[in-house]
Amino acid sequence: MSAIETILVAMLAGCLRVSTPFLFVSLGECLTEKSGRINLGNEGALVLGAMVAYAVSYQTGNPWLGVLGGAAAGGALGLLHGGLCTLARVNDVAMGIAIMLAGTGMAFFFGKPYVQPSAPQLPSIPLGFWSDVPRIRSALNVSPLFFLGIAAAFGLYYIFRGTRMGLRIRIVGDSADAARALGLPIERIRLFATGAGSALAGIGGAFLSLSYPGSWNEGLSSGQGLMAVALVVFARWNPLACIGAALLFGAAGALGPSLQTVGITWGYYLFYAAPYVATLVMLIVTVAPGRALAGMPGELSIGR
Amino acid sequence: MTAIELQQAASLPAPARDADRFYPLRRAAEAVVFPLAALVIALALFSVFLLALGKSPGTFFWLVWRGAFASAFSLQNTLQRAAPLLLTSLCVAIPAQLGLVIIGGEGAVLMGGLAAVVATYPLQTAPGWLLDGLMAIAGCAGGGAWIGLTGLLRTKRGINETIVSLVLYYIALAVFNHLVEGVLRDPASLNKPSTYAIPPQAHIPSLFGTELHPGLPVGILACIAAWVLITRTTTGFAARMTGGNMRAAQLQGLPVQRLMIGACVLGGACAGLAGMIEIAAVQDRANSSLAAGYGFTGILIAFLARHNSLAIMPMAVLLGGVGAAGGLLQRRLDLPDASVLVLQGLIFVCILASDTMYGRIGWFQPARGRA
Repeated sequence: MSAIETILVAMLAGCLRVSTPFLFVSLGECLTEKSGRINLGNEGALVLGAMVAYAVSYQTGNPWLGVLGGAAAGGALGLLHGGLCTLARVNDVAMGIAIMLAGTGMAFFFGKPYVQPSAPQLPSIPLGFWSDVPRIRSALNVSPLFFLGIAAAFGLYYIFRGTRMGLRIRIVGDSADAARALGLPIERIRLFATGAGSALAGIGGAFLSLSYPGSWNEGLSSGQGLMAVALVVFARWNPLACIGAALLFGAAGALGPSLQTVGITWGYYLFYAAPYVATLVMLIVTVAPGRALAGMPGELSIGR
Repeated sequence: MTAIELQQAASLPAPARDADRFYPLRRAAEAVVFPLAALVIALALFSVFLLALGKSPGTFFWLVWRGAFASAFSLQNTLQRAAPLLLTSLCVAIPAQLGLVIIGGEGAVLMGGLAAVVATYPLQTAPGWLLDGLMAIAGCAGGGAWIGLTGLLRTKRGINETIVSLVLYYIALAVFNHLVEGVLRDPASLNKPSTYAIPPQAHIPSLFGTELHPGLPVGILACIAAWVLITRTTTGFAARMTGGNMRAAQLQGLPVQRLMIGACVLGGACAGLAGMIEIAAVQDRANSSLAAGYGFTGILIAFLARHNSLAIMPMAVLLGGVGAAGGLLQRRLDLPDASVLVLQGLIFVCILASDTMYGRIGWFQPARGRA
């Protein structure tokens, strides 16, 4: 294989792997923000989810139970955030940072004994069976969680578009006054959306510890949970667009390691920053001053 | 609105004050009681957490006391840790006056430290005081530019400053690593990639035979200066007014955009100065030790102090002390170092949740309102 081909295959592989946690966290953030609340604590849900998933998988021997555990841990943290934000005058952005600190602290605290042992990993689907090239075969070993994430994106899209529940979430997120006039239980709906959103973030964390990179340590997350907020802006609060945004981020994140496979090590750290530069550029390009973005929930505190 | 009119508006007596002479006292009491209560609740929750793990909370707090404040050595350790935190907290507290939530102070620390190191390279033989002055200017400029960019993007493009400052932190970290392990790397630093050291005459000595370096007085002065700026000048009043109601401030013709960018530059300069002092007084060279999380702890301190620059000082000492006691806790109680993170997280959550209590308890309200 030529160098270009090697890079492309490595990027494809990296893209499919790196994008999955981004996909889950951004879907979770999208759901929460659609209800009119922002949750920076999803970073904490991601890290805690990763730790709990790894621990459960190690203790039970079943990685799928680990994924469930990760979702439950993330969801619990989300409910805590959602519950505290229902109190009057509590700032959801600042509380998100606090929840992030508390969540990562808990994860590091209880995760100490799990840094060494290796837990059973999630199986991957060998989609590269048709190829004889080992690189392509390993590149196309895709985690089932990736497809679950795609399915969740379509599911969320359908919920927002075609169901009563989705309509209620959107009303609460767009105008609390309208929701109040309709007699909707605003706080309960937001609590649900925050909890469910953080549960999705927890699954994203489970992917990190049980699939790729597939181990538990304190440097596992590189801020995916926070980048998700920017991703959702880029995706214009559309779950289907979240897929594209996550893949784009995955590709940017895979750039540095891919170049390394062909021996280009110059600027390794700079390429590491590629997803962040991409976020910044994308925010500068897509956000315009003085007018609301299409699809942005009206109640969102970052918009006011 | 001219500056004089603004001053008049600031000194106008509120109706509530006429009715209740003790209102300022009540309000001050409210501002002290709630954070303290939140702190106590957080410590109580943490005690429950320790009890659930079969550890003694009494031992924990005693060890924190011993490791942080009990001896001259531990007190010096605490104050030394608190010094950079004073400055990085200002990076959060100053922009917060305008309602901006900046969480990327760590990026400004890195950029400030790096700029300070680079500033010494062309002038290897210059006198120490000149180099230190240059380093301080470069540090402030590096940090100020970094957070100022956040303010610029916020005002000119309307991008959320919290996210931008965080993204810029990751970019700063990448640039820092790239330079420290690339062109600026001293080939002699094998195990821990570092830049070339600053000239020896630029090293800032400790104060009066103690372990303390001048970062502490600089930080205290900066906190006092920020307090004067925010509470005693028209610029500070304009900034607080913008934070209270941006639209009203715009209607009054206040230069909201310039105030925002200015606050960001000022905050970033403080964080950059923290990086410079770490280099000049402690490390002598830039390496990964600079990314020790001062910027992130600063966020916590600023929120604990409710963005009051004077309250930052005790809070920075408190958290510096908890950090200083970390090693002792690990050895004596066999607790992982993350227990400090858990404690910090609990305190942070409780303090923020206590925001809901303001204005709810009658005694703290003006007498007329209570009737």
